Amino acid sequence: MKIAVPIKFVPDLVEELTIDPSGTALDTTWLRLIINELDDHAVEQAVLLKERGGGDVTVLAAEADGVDDFLFTAAAKGADRLIKLTGDFSTADNHALGRAFADVIKELQPDLILTGVQAHNDLDGSIGPLLAEYLGLPYVGYVAGITPGGDKVIARKEYAGGLVAEVEVKLPAVLGIQAAEQPPRYVAYSKIRQIMGTAKIEERPLGALESGGGVMIERMFQPEAAERATMLEGSPEDVADKLVGLFKELGTL
Amino acid sequence: MEITLSPLSPSVNQTFYTSLFDLQDGERVRTCLQCGTCSGICPFGYIMKFPPGKIIGAIRAEIFEQVLKTDSVWMCVSCNACASFCPSNIPITRVLMTRTKEEMILAGNVPSELQAALENTQRYGNPLGESPRKRADWALGLQPEVNLLAKTRQPVEVLWYVGDYASYHPRMQSATRALAKILNALGVNFGILGPEEYSDGDSQRLAGERGLFEMMAQKNGQVFRKYKFNEIITTDPHAFNALKNEYPALGIEYPVRHYTQFLFERLEQIKPLLKTEIKAKVAYHDPCYLGRVNGIFDEPRALLSAIPGVELVEMSHQRINSLCCGGGGGGMWLDGFQWEKAHTRLSEWRVREAISANAQILAVACPYEPPRFEDATKTIPAASQLKVREIAELLAESMDL
Ligand code: SF4
Ligand code: SF4
Repeated sequence: MKIAVPIKFVPDLVEELTIDPSGTALDTTWLRLIINELDDHAVEQAVLLKERGGGDVTVLAAEADGVDDFLFTAAAKGADRLIKLTGDFSTADNHALGRAFADVIKELQPDLILTGVQAHNDLDGSIGPLLAEYLGLPYVGYVAGITPGGDKVIARKEYAGGLVAEVEVKLPAVLGIQAAEQPPRYVAYSKIRQIMGTAKIEERPLGALESGGGVMIERMFQPEAAERATMLEGSPEDVADKLVGLFKELGTL
Repeated sequence: MEITLSPLSPSVNQTFYTSLFDLQDGERVRTCLQCGTCSGICPFGYIMKFPPGKIIGAIRAEIFEQVLKTDSVWMCVSCNACASFCPSNIPITRVLMTRTKEEMILAGNVPSELQAALENTQRYGNPLGESPRKRADWALGLQPEVNLLAKTRQPVEVLWYVGDYASYHPRMQSATRALAKILNALGVNFGILGPEEYSDGDSQRLAGERGLFEMMAQKNGQVFRKYKFNEIITTDPHAFNALKNEYPALGIEYPVRHYTQFLFERLEQIKPLLKTEIKAKVAYHDPCYLGRVNGIFDEPRALLSAIPGVELVEMSHQRINSLCCGGGGGGMWLDGFQWEKAHTRLSEWRVREAISANAQILAVACPYEPPRFEDATKTIPAASQLKVREIAELLAESMDL
């Protein structure tokens, strides 16, 4: 099975986020980027499928700080092909990124496309359904397990309240991964270093970004204090007592 | 898990065995007497399916693969007690246990808490997953301002390698500030690296992540080369151990001392400054990588004894026979895992020993310890009055800093 995994990097919340002077975007001076956690799960799920039933895994990413290391780590886990879209992605929303990925994925003709079901910076919808739309393929989101079977797969889709549905999907298809069947594995640094010497990252220069259909950001701001919150004052013991009292009042205890 | 006695994969066994010989004194493993001292002295030996002596036995029986199928090596806190008492002088901790953990990591068999710490180290240069930019935040507001070498670029007498937990851990930051104040009071010309400093990597190495350790060492080496200083002092015994015993083989060689050695040398200058009495029975906990591994037992005790009012008492495990706090060799990042296996913590045993010794203060000299022991005083009812203090905190208090 040929699997493509488009992933994206998102702002790392370890650094405080600040808004740039335009008031509509993050200040990128101190911005540190990190793999979207659920995309990391998508890579793990792809490697698990390959290990179980054979196959070929291609990981695709847009150029960003730290992307090369991530791609090499994916190769050390078992990815066969690494593709990096190069160009200026600083203003790319998911619509634009989805179109850029779709162009390359069309060429790869994979059977299955796995990607994280969401990311914390999705402002204009998540990538998975957008990709499915651009590629004209079916989409199932919130998937936490995949059983392949010939020209289709059974995807375990999670619903709120602990319900799970088994959905049969005809391939090719796009699946939004909520969790891999195993947490993403650890790769010893020595293995990553080794693979840096042998694996190749294919670079694909990006044409123009096309963000039609996306959102316009009018104002970006830090959460503002509202009036509903009550601050409990006093020693930790007092605060705990008041809290217990409140819980009782609200009937939660 | 059942242990089959037939060889599963002699080649895995043989490859592992001979890989030990490439390490310094690794060949001594051949001289094992199977006396069981190591397994007996190991604080978690009673829980490990394969304590050190049994690992060697398994290698000799060509069933080392069985060792890799259990996760018992993750109970090893790299305390070096086994190696210190082995009659054949086998470097059990550094060679056997560490290499076994390395095999576990290469096989991807890593408890998730440890994995997070290793990934954080790779990504942020510290196992806590804190922002590197905030590495010197503990020094904010201190007067005189702590000399950040990247800013001032002045040559200094002493480069203070502060380390991960001393920089970031909220419980340790007060001790770190205390040491800064002491150095200032003594007129020491020192500087720190702040955001440019990386984890020393020693605990990651002892947890089996050799590659990551080397990456950290190289990054630190590059930064050291940028500045002029006469010697390095460390807050953390693990950093001290790495710089003294491990970095030189990677071409990074500087004179290095633990801060307790550095202060001990200035004891005559310190004594008149110790004005405020701290009237208490104080038990000193020997950190594994200061005491047992590097032989520094007396300097910390001398510093404590110099404080007016302090009466030193000894716990049953002391000096070379000290009992690990449980934080070494990845133990810092295996708390949940080890708790699940043992339903006890070494820090709790240690705190009970301090109580038996009638101590009112448990004095420590390693940044892993204040948070670990303080947590233990909260779970052991008899220890609720026991105070856990870093030596630097006690000195600063007595110096009215
Ligand atoms: S203490 Fe040394 S000689 Fe005795 S069993 Fe352990 S490794 Fe072998
Ligand atoms: S280093 Fe300590 S914990 Fe590890 S095997 Fe030796 S005695 Fe046990």
